[in-house]
Amino acid sequence: MKKYVLAVLVDNKPGVLTHVSGLISRRAFNIESIAAGYTEEADVTRINIVVSVDSQQELEQVVNQLSKLIDVIKIVNLSEVDSIKRELVLLKVKATPATRADISNVVNIFRAKIVDVSRENVVIELTGEQSKIDALCEVLSDYEIVEIARTGAIALSRGPVAAKDM
Amino acid sequence: MINGAQAVIESLRKEDVDVVFGYPGGAVLTLYDELYKMEFPHILTKHEQGAVHAADGYARATGKVGVCFATSGPGATNLVTGIATANMDSVPLVCITGQVANPFIGKDSFQEADMCGITTPITKHNYLVKKVEDLPRILKEAFFIARTGRPGPVVIDVAKDVFAAEFEYEYPKTVNLRGYKGDFIGDEADVEAAVKALQQAERPLFFVGGGATIADVADSVTRICQSTAMPVVMSLMGLGCVPDSYAGNLGMVGMHGAYAANMAVMDCDLLVGIGVRFDDRVTGIVSQFAPKAKIIHFDVDPAEINKNVAADYRICADLRWSMPLFEKKLVMIADALKTRFSPWRDGLMAMHAEKPFTYKKDQNCIMPQQLIEKISELTPADTLVVTDVGQHQMWTAQFYKFNKARCLMTSGGLGTMGYGLPAALGAKLGQRDRSVVLITGDGSIMMNCQEFSTAADYGIDIKVIVLHNHVLGMVSQWQRMFYGERYSQSELNGKTDFVKLAEAMGVKGLRVSEPEKLVSVLTEAFAHKGAVLVDVMVPSVEDVLPMVPGGRRLDQMVLGDVR
Repeated sequence: MKKYVLAVLVDNKPGVLTHVSGLISRRAFNIESIAAGYTEEADVTRINIVVSVDSQQELEQVVNQLSKLIDVIKIVNLSEVDSIKRELVLLKVKATPATRADISNVVNIFRAKIVDVSRENVVIELTGEQSKIDALCEVLSDYEIVEIARTGAIALSRGPVAAKDM
Repeated sequence: MINGAQAVIESLRKEDVDVVFGYPGGAVLTLYDELYKMEFPHILTKHEQGAVHAADGYARATGKVGVCFATSGPGATNLVTGIATANMDSVPLVCITGQVANPFIGKDSFQEADMCGITTPITKHNYLVKKVEDLPRILKEAFFIARTGRPGPVVIDVAKDVFAAEFEYEYPKTVNLRGYKGDFIGDEADVEAAVKALQQAERPLFFVGGGATIADVADSVTRICQSTAMPVVMSLMGLGCVPDSYAGNLGMVGMHGAYAANMAVMDCDLLVGIGVRFDDRVTGIVSQFAPKAKIIHFDVDPAEINKNVAADYRICADLRWSMPLFEKKLVMIADALKTRFSPWRDGLMAMHAEKPFTYKKDQNCIMPQQLIEKISELTPADTLVVTDVGQHQMWTAQFYKFNKARCLMTSGGLGTMGYGLPAALGAKLGQRDRSVVLITGDGSIMMNCQEFSTAADYGIDIKVIVLHNHVLGMVSQWQRMFYGERYSQSELNGKTDFVKLAEAMGVKGLRVSEPEKLVSVLTEAFAHKGAVLVDVMVPSVEDVLPMVPGGRRLDQMVLGDVR
């Protein structure tokens, strides 16, 4: 299985997320993550989809089927171009006076941030590529992770050209 | 200022809609009030499923957009099967459903159902209209989306209060959709590549599907076949695109396809798919489909190319653009191709003559295949033949001689029993000067038999031929072949008298069981002015053959012992 990050530009209209997610489920495509948000254009939403496929043919099907949706304006495969991929994670980890310093060390090594502290736990924020976030989660699993919230990947191409103009 | 309901009717007029099929109810009372006041033609079916299939039959018969109305909740959900049927066969529909009023949406209100949620997987597009100002734009877009590109059904779910709300109505002249352009042309170089591939081929084969029917390019395809001596096979949805009388027509391909058609697919070195989607009922085991061939795929839908079968050459564009261009580019070389392809075509036709669709005749009973042959002989060439789903559908495909495109209306993709009767009504209303024959079975006809009443009420002249074999034929065939003859729930042996059923609803009923009377009864039915049902008694045990069992190659057909 290979992963690709797709930038799906859609009309910012009611029902569009239903159309996109409905299509993904009924065609039985494997989706790692999906993250939607506003863009520089008021009437356009950008849905960042990480899709996991076995072959180029399957990837082509994902792109072609999504493109068929009336409210999909454009799809760009950002894995095919030089691009920056980022994901945000928030982790709630149990932290006693005995472990807090160790956790803080780990946080510093990863260039993460502690954004909330209480007597029993800390909340850690990290932005980075998926592999880096996976690595932080792995290391912190020694300290009893209470809760994880991840956004799923978003991506932008390097250079001056926007996805809509690609 | 006009209200939303008036805006809907006015927009239908602007879209050149001449009839609507539907059923009123609470959420569409205002719409029906304006329809009444504006005297818009409307056919009241007896069930919403009848309305949507009738709109579908109308659309297939005319190539125009079929329109139906239904109320919210159960009215709208009764459309679902018909919408899915249209979606699978790329039929242009606009279905306008009432929704509960804005303040009641999302509160599990009386007769509320989330139609956009329900129909998202089975429509080309759908809309929920919550503001009356959006109505003209959405109607304009809906008709544009339904009829262009690869056609399909569009649902417009309109909140009840939108119908009553008044506003300044103006119907837009153009559609502005950033993500959808409708009909599009392709790259001429792709067509050129297809021509080159054909020049190199020794044993090419045309495979024509429903896309050629929809795009009305049957004449162009036929001319190419004739000028190059190209043998041709068709999917169920493509039947009629190349006339039965063409000297290279091998008939239907696939699970119940002709022997020579299936063998041609296995042996060809270039397969030219035109408006096809390589459905599993055509390909048999897909990895072994056309194993010796390069594939050329002409289709308007990019998502169809490489979906089931990988294409070596793709021409992704409207067939109305690509087929005439392909034809034009072949003109200069057609004679050379004809010389080269003729032996291959003649060999296949000899094989087809040796192993045609056939059956054992019986002195004592009417064989279903014989019935279809008789119907074919007794009906004019431009007859619209509608079917339901099952054995009678396959026998119609095998034994009716289709010589024109758009003459077979059948639920090919979804396989919807109960499609036939309402679709036949819609087809007749779309083509009032042509005869319409519904070929159905004693299983299928019961699924929407309430629509006999619609035929009688509106005086819609359709001929309904019931192949009455007392079983669910296709189910029992599979049970006979693969389930140890355990006929679980497939023996009907119903007490329903179809002649009386038809008569009770105001339709003439006839019955025939003796072979010697078949022609006279059919002739009487076809001569009658008005709707007729003919209950034809046929044997219970008879298989549709040849048959490619599931998971087999096309050349692994079960032929049976029919000579």
